[in-house]
Amino acid sequence: MLEITLFYTAATVALIATVMAMTRANAIHALIYLIVSLLAIAVIFFLIGAPFAAALEIVIYAGAIMVLFVFVIMMLNLGDKGDRQEREWLQLKVWAGPAVLAIVLFIELLYVISTAEGPVSTTSVSAKEVGLSLFGPYVLAVEIASMLLLAGLVGSFHLGRRYLERDSFDVENSAARREAE
Amino acid sequence: MDGLNIPLNHVLLVSSLLFVIGLLGLMIRRNIIFILMSLEVMLNAAALAFVGAGAHWGQPDGQVVFMLILTVAAAEVAVGLGLVLQIQRRFKTLDMDHANRMGG
Repeated sequence: MLEITLFYTAATVALIATVMAMTRANAIHALIYLIVSLLAIAVIFFLIGAPFAAALEIVIYAGAIMVLFVFVIMMLNLGDKGDRQEREWLQLKVWAGPAVLAIVLFIELLYVISTAEGPVSTTSVSAKEVGLSLFGPYVLAVEIASMLLLAGLVGSFHLGRRYLERDSFDVENSAARREAE
Repeated sequence: MDGLNIPLNHVLLVSSLLFVIGLLGLMIRRNIIFILMSLEVMLNAAALAFVGAGAHWGQPDGQVVFMLILTVAAAEVAVGLGLVLQIQRRFKTLDMDHANRMGG
């Protein structure tokens, strides 16, 4: 019963955070809400008995992919009035929403680890089973996924390289080199 | 074997709601960064459905597919953000309506 309550809390947090993320005008604000949404979904994974998926969700989604978004938004440098924007971003109303939603998740986490037997004692699918399955019947899918990652790496390198070449700091230098060629 | 105290229907309901929110975001936003975020939300909703079903039947297959979805999302977002940089460089905007012609 208790588990159901925790699940609904996390689900509500996830839905609210996703709706807020989709309706923000500023990309960074949306990104913060999106991270909270991913954390809430990780809590749901944990509650339905998939702790390994929950860990991966936090490490890869909320960690790596979101950092990629932050880097690109940073590289684009959309706000040319940087200082003014920075002051706006430090206002309470900007970070209060994500903070409240994250605190709800944090209270859930505290509750779960404070109860000894805990509501997570359902039969869960452990990482060992997932690993055995990944490198047993699904080994071809793993190989194809690695090829996909390689293709993604090459593709993003190709797309990003020309960007750096043309907008590098020594524009005159590269223009002179092009003329020389 | 039902190892799940939470009904599968509710997990699928949350998953489909997240998917619909992502789809709506995809349709109402013009900014390509928000379009990519909506795609992430939709992929994530699909992953939630897989993990929920896998947990319901106590099988690891759900999490295996989750991992493959994670791979697809990572590759997609890397290429997508490379495209964001290119679009910003060429059109000086992130509005997708400016990028409506091929061969430009």
